[in-house]
Amino acid sequence: MTTTTVSPLDEVKTGPWDGGKSPFSIEYGKIMMWFFLVSDAFTFSAFLIYYGTQRFSRVSWPDPDQVFQSIPGITDHGAPLIFVGIMTFILIMSSVTMVLAVEAGHRGSKKEVVNWMIWTILGGAVFLGCQALEWTHLFHEGYNWGSIPESYKGVDVIGAQQFANLFFTITGFHGFHVFSGVIINIIILFMTMGNVFEKRGTYLMVEKVGLYWHFVDLVWVFVFTFFYLV
Amino acid sequence: MATEHTQEHEGHEEHASMSKKKIWTVFFYLLGITAIEFFIALVLIPKGLLNQGIGNFIYIVLTLVKAYYIVAYFMHLKFEKLAFKTGIIISLIFIIYFIVLMLTEGSYLYVHTNK
Repeated sequence: MTTTTVSPLDEVKTGPWDGGKSPFSIEYGKIMMWFFLVSDAFTFSAFLIYYGTQRFSRVSWPDPDQVFQSIPGITDHGAPLIFVGIMTFILIMSSVTMVLAVEAGHRGSKKEVVNWMIWTILGGAVFLGCQALEWTHLFHEGYNWGSIPESYKGVDVIGAQQFANLFFTITGFHGFHVFSGVIINIIILFMTMGNVFEKRGTYLMVEKVGLYWHFVDLVWVFVFTFFYLV
Repeated sequence: MATEHTQEHEGHEEHASMSKKKIWTVFFYLLGITAIEFFIALVLIPKGLLNQGIGNFIYIVLTLVKAYYIVAYFMHLKFEKLAFKTGIIISLIFIIYFIVLMLTEGSYLYVHTNK
């Protein structure tokens, strides 16, 4: 047996940043999903910050307690913020079922993944339905891109108009994200049912979609605060 | 190599810590915080027990707490490697900068366009 002494310079380095392995130890697709979400966070912040700028620059702004008073199908007035509360609850709930799907994926339990994915898709679909109802109600009241109710009593009419424009643009953009999320979730559900991940040996794809879905929930947390509460 | 193995091992244990119980705990935190926000919006402010300005400050703090729970636990960022966490979080500085910039601009417009 021969022993070779290697000088410190020639020793093979094995640290996380010395090459040959992922220093973050996250799979490529998952990192890319994170990077996409960071860029999407910038888009949503740009929208919300512009909303803030407009609001700071106007003399008066519509009071959300006054604007959001209806529960479609039950009452047109007198229930401030209740309906959006229900929507928020539904979206948080569907986020929870998504984590449960990811958790079931870690254990490789196909049946549970399918079950939780169905609940997540249902939650997303119900949220979209609620949003459609809320939009319809606001349209009937006279809010739209470029129009506000004639009965609007605030001082600053341009402020109210900006509120309407930004409300539909931002919740619309968020709703579009929810919609794409539901479509992607449905694709993943079918892939799970078709044993794609079982054959692949990992349910990593569920995690990646989960990241996107939680991000949509995260954006809603901010939209909810700045449009309905502040 | 030995140290790396222990690190990986720890990582897996943290992974396992995101159990069903932990998920539901985080859910109840999120639900509780939202309930507090509604309590402020529907009871405290209308009854005049809380000034709207302070209310807004509390809303934003609570929103950031909710965001922390979603990103850290649901999106699992808390259990990723430090370098990755830093990379994601640091880029958000641009958002903070943009907020400061644009709200200053908004206040300027408030003074100069509403004469």
